[in-house]
Amino acid sequence: MPLILERRAERSAAVAVASPLIAIALTLVTVAILFTIIGKNPLEALYVYFVEPLTDSFTLQEIAVKATPLVMIAVGLSLCYIANIWNIGAEGQFLVGAVCGSWLAVRTNGTDVGHWVLVVMLILGAIGGALYGLLPALCRVYFGASEILTSLMLVYVADLGLDYMVRGPWRDPHGLNFPTTAEFDPAASIGTLLEGTGRLHAGSIITLVVVMLIAVLLGRTIMGFEIRLIGAAPKAARFSGFNADQLVLFTFAVSGALAGLAGIIEVAGPIGHLDPGVASGYGFTAIIVAFLGRLNPVGILFAGLFLALTFIGGEGAQISLKVPLDLTKVFQGILLFYVLACDSLIVYRIRFLRTARKAAPAHA
Amino acid sequence: MLETLSNILHLIFSENFILTVVTASTPLLLASSGELVVERSGVLNLGVEGMMIVGAACGFAGAYLSGSIAIGALCGIAAGVALSMIFGVLTLGLAVNQVATGLALTIFGIGLSGLIGAKFVGEKIVPAAHLDLPVLTEIPGVGRLLFGEDAFVYISVALIIGIWVFLYRTRAGLVLRAVGDNHTSAHALGYPVLRIRMLAIMFGGGCAGLGGAYLPLAYTPFFIPGMTSGRGWIALALVVFASWRPARLVVGAYLFGAVSILGLALQPLHLGIPQQVMNMLPYLATVVVLVLISRTRGTAGSAAPASLGLVFVPDR
Amino acid sequence: MKKWNIFAIAVCAVVALAVTTFGGVHAADKLKIGFVYVGPIGDLGYTYQHEVGRRALQKALDDKVETTFLENVPEGADAERAIEQLVRAGNKLVFTTSFGFMDATLKVANKYPNVFFEHATGFKRAKNMATYAARFYEGRYIQGQIAAKMTKKNVIGYIVSFPIPEVISGINATMLGAQSVNPNVKFKIIWVNSWFDPGKEADAAKTLIDQGADILTQHTDSPAAMQIAEQRGIHAFGQSSDMIKFGPHAQLTADTDYWGDYYIERAKLVLDGKWTSTDTWDGLDKGMVVMAPYTNMPDDVKAMAMKTEAAIKSGALHPFKCPITAQDGKAVECKGGNRLDNGQILSMNWYVKGIDDKVPGQ
Repeated sequence: MPLILERRAERSAAVAVASPLIAIALTLVTVAILFTIIGKNPLEALYVYFVEPLTDSFTLQEIAVKATPLVMIAVGLSLCYIANIWNIGAEGQFLVGAVCGSWLAVRTNGTDVGHWVLVVMLILGAIGGALYGLLPALCRVYFGASEILTSLMLVYVADLGLDYMVRGPWRDPHGLNFPTTAEFDPAASIGTLLEGTGRLHAGSIITLVVVMLIAVLLGRTIMGFEIRLIGAAPKAARFSGFNADQLVLFTFAVSGALAGLAGIIEVAGPIGHLDPGVASGYGFTAIIVAFLGRLNPVGILFAGLFLALTFIGGEGAQISLKVPLDLTKVFQGILLFYVLACDSLIVYRIRFLRTARKAAPAHA
Repeated sequence: MLETLSNILHLIFSENFILTVVTASTPLLLASSGELVVERSGVLNLGVEGMMIVGAACGFAGAYLSGSIAIGALCGIAAGVALSMIFGVLTLGLAVNQVATGLALTIFGIGLSGLIGAKFVGEKIVPAAHLDLPVLTEIPGVGRLLFGEDAFVYISVALIIGIWVFLYRTRAGLVLRAVGDNHTSAHALGYPVLRIRMLAIMFGGGCAGLGGAYLPLAYTPFFIPGMTSGRGWIALALVVFASWRPARLVVGAYLFGAVSILGLALQPLHLGIPQQVMNMLPYLATVVVLVLISRTRGTAGSAAPASLGLVFVPDR
Repeated sequence: MKKWNIFAIAVCAVVALAVTTFGGVHAADKLKIGFVYVGPIGDLGYTYQHEVGRRALQKALDDKVETTFLENVPEGADAERAIEQLVRAGNKLVFTTSFGFMDATLKVANKYPNVFFEHATGFKRAKNMATYAARFYEGRYIQGQIAAKMTKKNVIGYIVSFPIPEVISGINATMLGAQSVNPNVKFKIIWVNSWFDPGKEADAAKTLIDQGADILTQHTDSPAAMQIAEQRGIHAFGQSSDMIKFGPHAQLTADTDYWGDYYIERAKLVLDGKWTSTDTWDGLDKGMVVMAPYTNMPDDVKAMAMKTEAAIKSGALHPFKCPITAQDGKAVECKGGNRLDNGQILSMNWYVKGIDDKVPGQ
């Protein structure tokens, strides 16, 4: 092979800054080709996907609203992934958190309760998600069962469980027997911050706080150090006496709690009631966000916002450019490929292999 | 109560039930067989759903345009291979994180399959023919099962047997497993780690494409976007369930298929269990069985290939 | 650092170019109409039929309207944004085609009082938000009659998605129709928990046939069951769209939705400035439900079906005419005079006598 990959001596700062821009430029070139093939204006496409959502308060707020659950779940997942613990079940933990928190909302619906209801709902959501996250963790610690499988299977279980609750016991009595709870009371809802202009809500602020807390956890606490060490040098960690099992339980509990919190925030905030449509795949999209953000809390924040931007731009593209949703998915996939590839160039570089054979020394 | 139990047993051991289970499990077996090889070589490709669904779209397109199921299947395989090569170039050539790339591949594949398949929605083809041997197929009980299936089912069984032979009885398979267990040592011994992994990835892609193509070519002979309905994720889970061993994979695939069909077939028997619970059964069963298997093996550490998911950049 | 500079400048230049080229003035004359779909237009079922309606609208009023659609919109938090994006893009009439969009549509409707909204299969309305749905159960009644005539084993297989009232009323209507011809018909019902998963629907179809059903009917979207019926040599009913292509010898008929006329009518009302918030629930009479041609049945069955269809259209026959006995043996209260009223049908969550399953979730 004439081209080889070589690890750099130091991470390249220049590429670190330029990489997202290079990725976008490369995507633009590919998109230009794609869009020209189907007969649309590529510059207009670039504008609609990336710039237009930034030009308006409504869409800016929507980016924040869309990114909020993604970032919240992703920072939790990053704790697991840094330690090579594969929590694939965030979607299930998200749903269980939504269900647990909604229990109180449904219970107190219509009665005149104070605003403490919302706080308790959020706590219940986090606890619910944490407990559900502990299930795969316990299976791994006590039975050696792979958490990849158990956490993924439990997603389907949670989805069906949610379906059961909203079709049965929690159905809105005035909802003509449709599978949805009653609208949550104002005391049980998260209102918008900038009334009238958009849907930005307090959940985004909570997410920012969580990002900072996790950054502190990772950077400044013993637990965080353990997590980073177990990921980087598992044998060294074991020699130092760190308890790997405890770490599995801890990371699953925290990521489950954050996913559950994200779930109840979504339900109490933008959605306003519980129904089967709450399961939108955030738990899986958050995995991409976690890696796009290089498993770093601040990186995840930007990655989440960026991905949310492409979703909203994609909707705009369907409306104004009349491109099918599938094209947006192709576009997102290509963009991710380029971003990931460019990111890799921060740590590695490509070099042409010199044809060293020719220059063999001429002794006998 | 006894009558219900008798009904259930009658149901499970009926030829029709087993036939339905076999066909339902076949796409899972095809896709997960390929992924097993990929993961044994040390690479985690989460893009199985994307490769399957592209295989479905291209497979149907190929069969519809050419009139031949075989050509359709080849198109499906080729599509899976092509998509997997994108993954290979990124993860092997540029040392990009495998998990993220696989997920990106899934998104890309779903979108691409929708674009390719859009023109073929609403069309139908003649599904793959079933074997029909003069006396053998008529044998009561096992005739149709052994001698009355379509080519995909036979290929799926042959495939996993072939993979077993390859992994455990050939030198090439040994080398592949060595690469998956310790890529640094394998490299030091002079084995072309990246090339082996690339070939494995392409093989996995072809299998996933074939598994996906099975759906519109034999199972339900039409194309609808999204028709794989998450089977790729189940295939991934099955590889883990199987502890990366071919024999266990077969068990897992058919177990999952059987419990899924059971969840449907038990509903008309009025057992009084909510249908959501019935539909949960395959997932719960998989977890329970895995826990039981893992317990008997002991917690001696994961059975995963030790280099699974780790980045490998050959040093010079 | 040079490389970085060049790229940064390049990107900025590109953006600047884009902003200037995108100065496009959109023709303000045509009425812009938006559609929000919950599934892909290629689902060959529910969403596909709405898309057929949209295309009919575009074709009929091509010089006066410009239609747009968003597909695969999830029913969660994204729905509200999708609807609002359509409004902000200038659409003045927005159709949201799934029940799960109800609250999102209402929220956006309250925010934009000058835009008209139409929500399918829901029940919340506002001054600028109407509702519409089709009386699918009318077609099901006819299918029940046909099934009862055609079955030899008296077992009908029913493949269903989710237990919502519309599906339950469909099951009941089918049974009532069947019982009007043959009181001994029984159903075997399987819930697949998805609007379309062709593989699972095929599995359910095979299972039902293996358990003795010789006629299949479905309330799921794909033609999987139809083509299993064709393979196994039995008969089946299509759903949402005409599935004769997949079951040339199997399909008896299909109760298809046709939304085109309704969409054209509503668009014209907006164009004439006469739109008001209404609740439309039409069926065979207004052509919102259309039966696919009756095929693969003897002439006397066909004649019976056509007679029933005519009777329903004229109002002489109502599928839910009283007295109706519920599963528990008690007579159901008849709030509509001699038939169930709309509210009862819309919220139906009980089975009629003759169905042995329990309604899930009760």
